[in-house]
Amino acid sequence: MNNEPLWEVFIRSKQGLDHKHVGSLHAADAKMAIENARDVYTRRMEGVSIWVVESKYIHATNPDESQSFFDPANDKVYRHPTFYNLPDELKYM
Amino acid sequence: MHSKPTNIATNDLVDFALFLADSSLIMGHRLSEWTGHGPMIEQDIAITNIALDLIGQARNFYQYASELINNQDDKKITEDDLAYLRDASEYKNLLITELPNADWAKTIGKVFFFSAWQFYFYQKLIYSSDKQLSAIAEKSLKEVTYHVKWASDWVIRLGDGTEESKKRMESAVEDLWPYTGEMFVAANFEESPKNSVSIDVSNIKNDWLEKVKLVFRDATLFLPNKTWMQSGGKNGVHTEHLGYILAEMQFLQRAYPGLEW
Repeated sequence: MNNEPLWEVFIRSKQGLDHKHVGSLHAADAKMAIENARDVYTRRMEGVSIWVVESKYIHATNPDESQSFFDPANDKVYRHPTFYNLPDELKYM
Repeated sequence: MHSKPTNIATNDLVDFALFLADSSLIMGHRLSEWTGHGPMIEQDIAITNIALDLIGQARNFYQYASELINNQDDKKITEDDLAYLRDASEYKNLLITELPNADWAKTIGKVFFFSAWQFYFYQKLIYSSDKQLSAIAEKSLKEVTYHVKWASDWVIRLGDGTEESKKRMESAVEDLWPYTGEMFVAANFEESPKNSVSIDVSNIKNDWLEKVKLVFRDATLFLPNKTWMQSGGKNGVHTEHLGYILAEMQFLQRAYPGLEW
């Protein structure tokens, strides 16, 4: 049980469009991971679709680099779609 | 407390409902004994989920049985009266449900054999002429379908696992095998409403056996070649285990009758 890999679990809710990260668990293989995820993370009808990914396959940004990675996007206002004049008839754009 | 409706046909229908209720309840109760003791948190939750599913099924059957009894005898009993105030000799559960959990392999063996039986049983029961039984069967089948899948995977994991897991799984199968025959021998109450309410259990035996063989093949396990089978559960003749189970399960209601939260 100690050498079972760790898996990250993502669940999509009935009304949702994307799978959200809900937690992690241990399992010996993908099939077991799916069943464990179903048993642990869908007890209260949290979702209708499950993705599991072995944690080692998830690569993430390094928090130490977040300044150079994300700050530059903040002040480039010409990239934001805020300069269009929408006609009043278009209610839901 | 012994409530028996006066009409013969209803008598059998009540017994049939009680048989299904008792089997699910006792199995659910046994599995609930793993609460907090599961080998891993994910399995602790999985097995207690199964226990809850089974207790839910039991409640449906008990509620129906109490309705039938009340209508027939002008009584006012509830599902709780049936679950908590009947003695062991009145219980009709399959013997396999009352056997001790022992280790994980034994428990998995029980869940696998029992759920596979329920799977084919409920599939047929959906066609019962009794609307209520049919409805309960349809709802329960979804839960049981997952139980069979989950248990099958564990039988394979243990059978085709380490030397120790294989030894334990083989030993579990040997011990449990004599309790599987009872599932396919009809009791009296199953035979008379057999026309359209209950199902022909001898009919599902082959399906069950094929399923077991399929899973055992992947699990590198062998079918025991014993043929002698235990029986009696459906007629209230139980192992010594049931007494202890009921003593624990019924203590509170019997010591403090009518107690509420």
